[in-house]
Amino acid sequence: MNQCNRINTVGNVDSMLMGISRLTDRTFRFMEVCGTHTVSIFRSGIKSLLPKEIELVSGPGCPVCVTPVAEIDRAISMAALKDVTLLTFGDLMRVPGTSSSLSKERAMGKDIRVITSPLDALEAAAREPERKVVFFGVGFETTSPAIAASVKEARVRGISNFYLLSSQRLIPPAMKILLSSKDAKIDGFILPGHVSVIIGKEPYSFISDEFSLMGVITGFEALDILEGIYMLLCQNKEGRSEIEVQYKRAVKEEGNPLALEIMKEVFKTVSARWRGMGMIPGSGMALREEFKEMDAAEIFDISCEDKPDAPGCLCGEILQGIKTPKECSLFGTRCTPQDPVGPCMVSSEGSCAAFYKYGG
Amino acid sequence: MCLGVPGKVVSINEDIAEVDFGGVRRDVSLLLCTGVMEGDYVLVHVGFAIQRLEKEDAMETLQLLEEFIRG
Repeated sequence: MNQCNRINTVGNVDSMLMGISRLTDRTFRFMEVCGTHTVSIFRSGIKSLLPKEIELVSGPGCPVCVTPVAEIDRAISMAALKDVTLLTFGDLMRVPGTSSSLSKERAMGKDIRVITSPLDALEAAAREPERKVVFFGVGFETTSPAIAASVKEARVRGISNFYLLSSQRLIPPAMKILLSSKDAKIDGFILPGHVSVIIGKEPYSFISDEFSLMGVITGFEALDILEGIYMLLCQNKEGRSEIEVQYKRAVKEEGNPLALEIMKEVFKTVSARWRGMGMIPGSGMALREEFKEMDAAEIFDISCEDKPDAPGCLCGEILQGIKTPKECSLFGTRCTPQDPVGPCMVSSEGSCAAFYKYGG
Repeated sequence: MCLGVPGKVVSINEDIAEVDFGGVRRDVSLLLCTGVMEGDYVLVHVGFAIQRLEKEDAMETLQLLEEFIRG
């Protein structure tokens, strides 16, 4: 019988684990790129169920974690301007800047609010025309189309006090940089499910074409992840290096063409700095010239100079799968979820926060 | 941060759908998703439907959760 027959996804955990054990003929180091996978892996205890030869490492797929200190500082400075209301996603609030955080600034009386959709920022701007409403938009390809649609909607509705402070990033260019490093030592990727709902399969083709590595676009439930690992092992067994889709119920090969079109209409790709990884060409998104009247970075003219990460913080190496949280001298002592030093401990999707909460 | 939650479209008013997430109802924008009809299942991220799901596929997520709980 072919060892790599697809196991029915709605099978049971035991049969999936038996399949994985049967195909584990050497050590493997797989990277889960997405922070949502990291949380699911820890919460479900998958690491303790896998053969000891399989190591799972977290990658740079937590948008909060890769946002550099300078961009947090810039948002803090913007919130201090007269008549400005700054809105952002909750995960950003406690990320330490150089000397403060958005959460601390709000406690000091600044008008900083948490929202769950960029459309909430639009509504706030419509409701309070006397305020300059700045949306600090952080996210990957999953989130960018929603931000782009909100920018377009602001124009359609004639809302002139809505501004975007863009801190968005693209996953494939960062993965390419990661793979170009000699420290990478990765055998395959558990690729992000919801980024791929938007971008589809093709943008990952360099993983197999240029680096002869394998990747499986994977869903977020525990059995999805086990099947993703099983599919990687099948590729290894059969000597293939391809990009496959496990998360077929949501990911189409071509992604979401309408979302991609809207994203492209509103944003242009630019170089962006990633925490711990430096400047990565073509990995950021800025508003196109046609939307510059909503570009907070242009309108409010606050500098965004590069700042060093907190001394001793290993978030940069951890984001690239080079170090684990337990190798950081600050982990669990000076850096805890209650009083975080680095962003990987702040975000619930950060490696350090997951290690702290669930154990390594 | 890339969470996506499947829900069932209860009603549609232009480009806004009322979506039921296991009893909790929320307004969701359809600006990023074409051809969504009442009764469809959609995957929702930050207030936007980002993909239309086949009913069986949406159910698979729920079955997977149940399967894992039963172990």
